[in-house]
Amino acid sequence: MNYLLRGMGVLSAVGVVSVLAFSLPSNEAHGDGGGYTLPRLTNKNWQQECASCHIAYAPSFLPKASWRKMMGDLDNHFGENASLDPVTQADILRFLEANAADSGTSRIGRRVMQSIGANDAPLRITETRWFVRKHDEVSRATWSRKSIGSAANCAACHRQAEQGNFDEDAVRIPK
Amino acid sequence: MLGLVSATAGAADSPASLMTRYAQEAGVAASTFSATRGETLFRTEHPGRNGEPVSCTSCHTANPKNAGRTRVGKRIEPLAPAANPERFTDAAKVEKWFRRNCTDVLKRECSAQEKGDFIAWISQVK
Repeated sequence: MNYLLRGMGVLSAVGVVSVLAFSLPSNEAHGDGGGYTLPRLTNKNWQQECASCHIAYAPSFLPKASWRKMMGDLDNHFGENASLDPVTQADILRFLEANAADSGTSRIGRRVMQSIGANDAPLRITETRWFVRKHDEVSRATWSRKSIGSAANCAACHRQAEQGNFDEDAVRIPK
Repeated sequence: MLGLVSATAGAADSPASLMTRYAQEAGVAASTFSATRGETLFRTEHPGRNGEPVSCTSCHTANPKNAGRTRVGKRIEPLAPAANPERFTDAAKVEKWFRRNCTDVLKRECSAQEKGDFIAWISQVK
């Protein structure tokens, strides 16, 4: 009994410490980025499936309507077959919708929404006015460098894109 | 702990068990699968988009022991078990990628015979 109580004491102390760790001011500032660090999201299927071909693009880059359209046409996903079993597909769509640009969960999402029409459902993040404006100093020649390939390859320059960090200071454009 | 057990249980397949499965599906003996036909499947070019020929090698490179690249530039781990022992150990994953990639490259799904031939080849690449 004594051991049990002591054990519980240790556990709750650990609990308090970890709650503290997550509520430090610096962490709050980066939770949703001073704008450019995205909220840390976890969904196993989203990470596993989407990231097998490209980075798992953040849900807040496109509105719900876009994600619905995209997840409804995975047989022809930008010209490739990316079909999934129905259960996985539905799980990923739920996650994307819950965190989409118009879900009110991130600042980047709000910026994306301001840059598109209310009924727009773009399929390419790179075609939103928000993305175009953010990258207007990048020349066409730069995009097509072999080390970059295309504007879809966020992680070529945003080295910590996989971790949701799109801070300009972390950008390194490869030669 | 339970999660660990079930996670490993899903990946209990092997190239040999997959060949047995495809042999049953095709109604042939696994011993009749042909590595030569499997390699041909991997290397044969087909008309792709924009008139450019495509084959498995377009993304996986001509050497299946090398890492490849997806169309948007993400690394693809090597396909050959000799270089990447995780390959062909998860039947659901194998089926998913045959379905997707055969549809992209051949414009149709691959038959059980073709899948068996392919594994017969890739599993003995040294």
